[in-house]
Amino acid sequence: MSQSEIVLRVEGVTKRFGTLTANSSISFSLEKGKVLSLLGENGAGKTTLMNIIFGHYTADEGHVEVFGKRLEAGNPAEAIALGVGMVHQHFTLADNLTVLDNVILGTESLWRVRQARAAARQKLQSLSQEFGLEVNPDALVSALTVGEKQRVEILKALYRGARVLILDEPTAVLTPQETDQLFATLKDMIARGLSVIFISHKLGEVMQIADRIAVLRHGQLVAEFPVAEASREIIAEKMVGETIPQPKRTEMEPGEPVLQIAEASARDEQGQAVLKKVSLTLRSKQIIGMAGVSGNGQKALSDLISGLLPPTEGQVAVKGEAVRVFDPRSMVAKGVGRVPEDRHLQGVVGDFTVSENLILEDYTNPRFSRRGWMRAGEIAAHARKMIKAFDIRGGGPETIVRGLSGGNMQKVILARVLENNPDIILANQPTRGLDVGAATFVHEQLFKAKERGAGVLLISEDLEELLAVSDQVVVMYHGQVSAPMPVEDVTLQQLGLLMSGETFTAAGTEM
Amino acid sequence: MDLLDMFLNVGFWAATVRMATPLIFGTLGELICERAGVLNLGIEGIMTTGAMVAWMWVYQGGDLWTAVLVAAAFGMLFGYLHSMFSVYMGLSQHVTGIGITLLATSLSYFSFRMLLPGVTTPPKIEPFELEPIPFLSDIPVLGEALFTQSPLTYLAFVLVIVVAYVLYKTPVGLAVRMVGENPMAVEVQGIDVYRVRTAAVTVGSGFMAVGGAFLTISVFDAFYFDMINGRGWICVALVIFASWKPGKALLGAVLFAAFDAIQIRVQQSSASFIPYQFYLMMPYLFSILALIIMSRKAAYPKALLVPFRRGQR
Repeated sequence: MSQSEIVLRVEGVTKRFGTLTANSSISFSLEKGKVLSLLGENGAGKTTLMNIIFGHYTADEGHVEVFGKRLEAGNPAEAIALGVGMVHQHFTLADNLTVLDNVILGTESLWRVRQARAAARQKLQSLSQEFGLEVNPDALVSALTVGEKQRVEILKALYRGARVLILDEPTAVLTPQETDQLFATLKDMIARGLSVIFISHKLGEVMQIADRIAVLRHGQLVAEFPVAEASREIIAEKMVGETIPQPKRTEMEPGEPVLQIAEASARDEQGQAVLKKVSLTLRSKQIIGMAGVSGNGQKALSDLISGLLPPTEGQVAVKGEAVRVFDPRSMVAKGVGRVPEDRHLQGVVGDFTVSENLILEDYTNPRFSRRGWMRAGEIAAHARKMIKAFDIRGGGPETIVRGLSGGNMQKVILARVLENNPDIILANQPTRGLDVGAATFVHEQLFKAKERGAGVLLISEDLEELLAVSDQVVVMYHGQVSAPMPVEDVTLQQLGLLMSGETFTAAGTEM
Repeated sequence: MDLLDMFLNVGFWAATVRMATPLIFGTLGELICERAGVLNLGIEGIMTTGAMVAWMWVYQGGDLWTAVLVAAAFGMLFGYLHSMFSVYMGLSQHVTGIGITLLATSLSYFSFRMLLPGVTTPPKIEPFELEPIPFLSDIPVLGEALFTQSPLTYLAFVLVIVVAYVLYKTPVGLAVRMVGENPMAVEVQGIDVYRVRTAAVTVGSGFMAVGGAFLTISVFDAFYFDMINGRGWICVALVIFASWKPGKALLGAVLFAAFDAIQIRVQQSSASFIPYQFYLMMPYLFSILALIIMSRKAAYPKALLVPFRRGQR
């Protein structure tokens, strides 16, 4: 192993954001033609480290060497010139421009009078054939699927002659089948001498593709070993630092229907059909998990249930009573509790305090306000109670919510929602971006709600989470919802095929 | 009042093209800024500065074409100042723009007063003369109207083509469009987002100033206070009307100017009971209507108004 060429070396990199140390003197190296997987929970500092390598961020201490040359800090152009390519977790593509435009930007001198488009198109096409990354150069990026966009990102790096490819959570947005395809492409590239840094928090994938594994925890490199010497248990323990017992799903007899949706259709603001004759029945003491690639109508469905989006046809009934007025306040009054998808945007008011956020849905309640005056004492007491009950850490009632970690922010939302004992809980991506401990807490709370008698609709992109928590699973595809399947009868592969639309059929009415 | 007569009248069309000229400059300038993701509300003040500076240059004995360059240079200076705040510091583009307008306008008035104290009637200069283009200007009506114009008007039309070419056919144009769509996509390709945006705002502001200069050293021969009279704001609206496309910007500018020309003629010819303010209002009313119709499906630059901060999480 000592004979192999080192293509990239990270030396003692430290990066601080204010008081937070995102990376603390991290060192590792990558050999030619190998895959180094960087594992770690959300917030462990993986993306920060990659952004330092690529030159987006400037490290406070330490440096990066590529092919023996030291990178000038804070300059992506230099990293690109030395052969580092990066596929970002959030795609860096301009939607209203073509694939070719996105690829050739920056590849020629800005002051040329003409673009060499014909030559560029040819180079792009030969690259996409060589690596089996099929994509139409003249298509608008906005018209591409998520998988295709990722191919464009990889092609962008290859076009610039990347010899070290950094992939930041590349599988987060893919179906299992698309992931397999990506891995096949990667293996092909590695065979041609490319070296890869593969960032993920999914153990299974890492075991499949990596040669070496480096584990980050709280900004520190806690372990590095060849994949052959690793077992899932060891890696998991290194990532989390301790083993957290997972709550178990208990089998319960579902009760009365609490939410019935019958052939509901809806259109978005642009007039696009986003829900097409969706039928779904959620019963008390039941958790239904909803799988699907994001953008297939999950947002519309949760808007419908939240009262934000009225249906153009079809019916929604809550506890057997048809809903006539669609607005969020009356839906909450009917007993819908909402854990929204984007907690920063819809879940909390970032600049408000914990106690204010806890009463956002309830501030008109005489308990908290009387004759137009807020009752500060009651509100603070309520906040203290909730902080205790939901173990909200990182501040007191008067802490600004923006300063809390994602997990604690989610606890504030859960406290607000669950306090009112809703009969229907709509949890849209409730564990996205949370570490294992916080995610476990969310699951425990959902189980508790179910045992109390609530019906839970859990929308998630994490299929393993869905299979662990749900009683029934449905799949959403192109605005349609499949018939429910008992969780015992479903496999990951089946879900993947359904999500990609291959074996998908929509459910009929059941009311 | 016979409308048909008016539309066959060379004078009407010539006036339309003339009145469209400052709008073409201004709209192109604003379009360049917005394509790069920066709303430049400094336009009204920058046009005022251009008008004042160009006029003053000629009044002090300078050459007309040099005056155009000097106006452009002052416009670029204010554009650069704008980008210091809006691009490098990432401050609110609305507030920055309004600030630049207030600053540029009052500085222009102030300098005018300082340089020419005690002047009551605005002094006059020798403006650009009309340059008929041989043969083309002999075509009846349209030829006469289009090709018997000030050289600056010809420049405006040429610039429409140049800007369209640069935006759509050159690498630098691609970088400008991309930086207005998704700055991160530009950053990851190794191009400095700040520089691209600053360059676009600076150049665009130069265009605006030339639009202002056209008023004082081509149409009129003097500088008045309030002579820009909202033309800058109209350009901001015209950019939306044009869906951020140079060709449509030309169309919008001419259309608006035509309404303005109609308005003047209707106002003059009708011995009417309708107050003249109503006619003054017409072009604006029509532009609002046109905006509503045209811009409903406009694909605006996605990163417009969004400041880019490097190295932020």
